[in-house]
Amino acid sequence: MSITGSAGQTAKRGVRELGAEEKVGWDAVPQGVVLTSFDSTIEEGAAFTKPEDRNYSDFNSYTATVASWRVVKPVYNRDICIDCQNCWVWCPDTSIISRDKQMLGIDYDHCKGCGVCVEVCPTNPKSLLMFTEALENDEALAGWPEKKKKAK
Amino acid sequence: MAEKFDLNEVEVWDGNYAASQALRQAQIDVVAAYPITPSTPIVENYGAYQANGYVDGEFVMVESEHAAMSGCIGAAAAGGRVATATSSQGFALMAEVLYQASGMRLPIVLTVVNRALASPLNVRGDHSDMYLGRDAGWINIDAFNSQEAYDLPLIAFKIGEHLDVRLPVMVHQDGFTTSHKAQNVRPLEDEVAYNFVGKYVPVDDMLDFSRPVTHGAQTEEDWHYEHKAKQHKALMDSRSIIDSVFAEFKELTGREYKRVESYMMEDAEVAMVLLGSSVETAILAAKQLREETGLKVGIIAPRCIRPFPYDLIRDELDREGLKAVVCMDKSAPGGAMGALFNEVSAAAYTTNARPVISNYIYGLGGRDFAIDEAKRIMNEQKAHADAGHITTNIQQFSGVRGPKLGFFETRRG
Repeated sequence: MSITGSAGQTAKRGVRELGAEEKVGWDAVPQGVVLTSFDSTIEEGAAFTKPEDRNYSDFNSYTATVASWRVVKPVYNRDICIDCQNCWVWCPDTSIISRDKQMLGIDYDHCKGCGVCVEVCPTNPKSLLMFTEALENDEALAGWPEKKKKAK
Repeated sequence: MAEKFDLNEVEVWDGNYAASQALRQAQIDVVAAYPITPSTPIVENYGAYQANGYVDGEFVMVESEHAAMSGCIGAAAAGGRVATATSSQGFALMAEVLYQASGMRLPIVLTVVNRALASPLNVRGDHSDMYLGRDAGWINIDAFNSQEAYDLPLIAFKIGEHLDVRLPVMVHQDGFTTSHKAQNVRPLEDEVAYNFVGKYVPVDDMLDFSRPVTHGAQTEEDWHYEHKAKQHKALMDSRSIIDSVFAEFKELTGREYKRVESYMMEDAEVAMVLLGSSVETAILAAKQLREETGLKVGIIAPRCIRPFPYDLIRDELDREGLKAVVCMDKSAPGGAMGALFNEVSAAAYTTNARPVISNYIYGLGGRDFAIDEAKRIMNEQKAHADAGHITTNIQQFSGVRGPKLGFFETRRG
């Protein structure tokens, strides 16, 4: 599997609403509520395998989406970003997608719109800004603010 | 590699020492403990074995019993064989975490040396702590003497760790009357004991990095019920595994255990149901009564308290000649009948024989329960049997000072 389309999107990410999974009976739930992260073993360890290459199980929150929880969203402007990785470090939901220290964008399946990424963005103007969920990203980018001049 | 501990064929051990030796022989990976009277020597002895090279595993002294069981759960989820010991107030502090261990299906062994619960503070033996934990989803088995306090932890590991069970197991023994009473014990050699328990087989262990797992997930109204139902079924289904491990142990040692022990029940007219060290007192009383007056008294002693052996209790009660049964509860009932009375009555209700059943509270805070009192209660059952109904209050108190105390009368005449 590889990254396709919008940032970090794979065939398994956010494919169902959280809680919309199949409700199996007592005989089919896992013993001891032990949830497996992946459908197969990872011999070299999950830490060395990129998310898009991991065989996520249906128990993994990676396969669920919580996009509907969000009312405002961060929009990312590639033209201004300096790939400092501040947003990647601070995001509480690992929803900043970055590969080889290059920022790719937002995981909108898991971002809850907290705005921390915008707070920590050091560029001028910011490379991430919050917009209402209903606004298209293209429109948001078209109306991006100009660089602020230093006060004399 | 742990040093071999030289043992005699017959040792003189109290219940605590016996339990600590069994834990040593099981080659446990992690013991996390916080000692409390009267189970302190189990942990103390185990610490000495570890310090002197008789144990390879880790021994963690923690800051409370809540932390002790939490540590055990962490170590068990990581994939180790785990055990600890506690009593009374410590058990009460552990209560929250007991439910986590069983819900997470971690086969931890907990040796509980039964002691009263405060207030008033009391260090002596009764079954308050055992009763407190009875709905915690653990398998509960009870040792009546030192030999059993040695045998049953070994058996407990084998039951709990069985892949068709995977549940934590408590092994109870009475505070002081068993834990501090030295008796002859026939231990197994280290190698024989370990081979009986067997090598630990981890399940869903967190230290398997090739297969990451989440332990302790949250489930709300759409999932919780199914998980609890599955857990209950595992507990109920463990009965046949318990029987088979008991049989294996008998094969190895000649010592036989049953989920319900019974004595002289074949021709019994009246029966006494009780737990712990009092069972041996009751057997002596029954034998004396049979000799002295010819009253046919039998004794029923649930070895396995959870899963409660309704099946076997019913077999014991469904005897044509059996007319009256008394259930002895060694725990303050807190506004109800004693728990043993309730469970035995439930089992008896669907028998054909339907003996009358009454309840005694006894032995609270370590109050002595002697042969004469046991005989008096057995004779009272004879009066119930002759009358065909309970001639006293259904619930009475044995050995308490002051005016006679009793509650509820029968409507069956």
